[in-house]
Amino acid sequence: MFFLIPVIGLLGEVAWSELPGILSSPVVVDALWLSLLSSIAATILAAAVGVPLAWLLARVDFPGRSLLRGLVLLPLVLPPVVGGAALLFALGRRGVVGGPLHDLTGLVLPFSLWGVVIAATFVSMPFLVITVEGALEGLDNRYEWAGATLGAGRWTVLRRVTLPLIAPSLGAGLVLTWARALGEFGATITFAGNLQGRTQTLPLAVFVALESDRATAVALSLVMVLVSLAVLIVLRNRWLRSL
Amino acid sequence: MRRGILSVVTVGLLVSCSAGGRTELLVSAAASLADGFAGLEAAFENENPDVDVVLNLGGSAALREQILAGAPAAVFAAANEAIMRDVASAGLLGEPAQVFATNRLAIAVPPGNVAGIGGLDDFARPELLLGLCASGVPCGDLARAALQQAGVVPAVDTNEPNVRALLTKVELGDLDAGIVYVTDVIARAGLVDEIPISDEVNPVARYPIAVLADSAEQDLASDFVAFVLSPKGQTILAEQGFGAP
Repeated sequence: MFFLIPVIGLLGEVAWSELPGILSSPVVVDALWLSLLSSIAATILAAAVGVPLAWLLARVDFPGRSLLRGLVLLPLVLPPVVGGAALLFALGRRGVVGGPLHDLTGLVLPFSLWGVVIAATFVSMPFLVITVEGALEGLDNRYEWAGATLGAGRWTVLRRVTLPLIAPSLGAGLVLTWARALGEFGATITFAGNLQGRTQTLPLAVFVALESDRATAVALSLVMVLVSLAVLIVLRNRWLRSL
Repeated sequence: MRRGILSVVTVGLLVSCSAGGRTELLVSAAASLADGFAGLEAAFENENPDVDVVLNLGGSAALREQILAGAPAAVFAAANEAIMRDVASAGLLGEPAQVFATNRLAIAVPPGNVAGIGGLDDFARPELLLGLCASGVPCGDLARAALQQAGVVPAVDTNEPNVRALLTKVELGDLDAGIVYVTDVIARAGLVDEIPISDEVNPVARYPIAVLADSAEQDLASDFVAFVLSPKGQTILAEQGFGAP
């Protein structure tokens, strides 16, 4: 019931007759496109960095492992606005890393699509790391040893034994990561700014529209609810059994 | 262990409800009023020790939406009259709104003005990183009016949700310039530099204040509004760079 009430509240506000017009307006189309693009890019980036990181945390015993794990999972607990501010201090044009980057390459991350992707990756990657690390730790590594004794190299073991065994968790982690990236707001508006067609994703468009054009805000919210629900239902049947 | 956590949470909730016996007066004020109202809060609490003024700062448009949705604010101070009219036409004002301060726009640039901003014309330069407040937010609407008056089509890189968010990005040097209020530049003196906007194209922002009808603290809210309009309140606002109504 508690989860249903907000959705009912939203449905009650929808101006159904104006819906097609609103949903085809440039603001909505731009925001939808940007959201899909940036959330998928963030998921790919999170997988590229997060899976090796999860493997490192689960399989390699090194000093400072708990600290690294804490740092990696920090965005789960940190308010996204704080994350966005931290990103701005670090990667902004005069930031610790962003400053030299700008001087060397002329690249400016805030107020760009890259900024959106980085903000979304920052807040969503912990979901991937935590699920994959859990799966690797729960894995009976005798399967991997068996593979190795049968003459398979490390790469072959990873590809033919380890990855297929953790596939369900990896799938679930990717879905959670993508969903978190799609809903990302605080870090994005703080780090990447808000410009239609460049950095204004769906949640930002909802936030801005709430203050000026409520019908659009409601329509956009409806889109977010439907897209998220559809994805979760479809994927639940495929990958999310473990959740 | 679990019971321990529960009791901590319960005690925490109880404590936050009582607020030490002082009467709470929730004042929703525009983000650009942050420093002026911090001064007013301190002075009013000094005169009324049993009152705890709680400031709810945000973009005026966001505050309006909160109030229209039933937020329990006692006083609303907005950065433009149209937003106050929306609240008035919803029948939520306890008494007619009164203008208590005025403000003007200025261009804020990071210290040193690396990009060499000289005036509104520079907002058409696409190679610069430029910010405005979003449309619908008073500073955003005023800035767009000023740019239009000056015949400048701006190449904006971000539309920030309120003036303080915009100012912070200028301060950090992530934006080359942003159009904010004169009072914001005064509040962050040393952290940002001001490039003045000439009076002919610089609109006057008028700030209205009113008691909200649904508040349980009508008398106290009226006292606070009277204090803001009093010579003492006006002096505090003038120190922050606000003009007289």
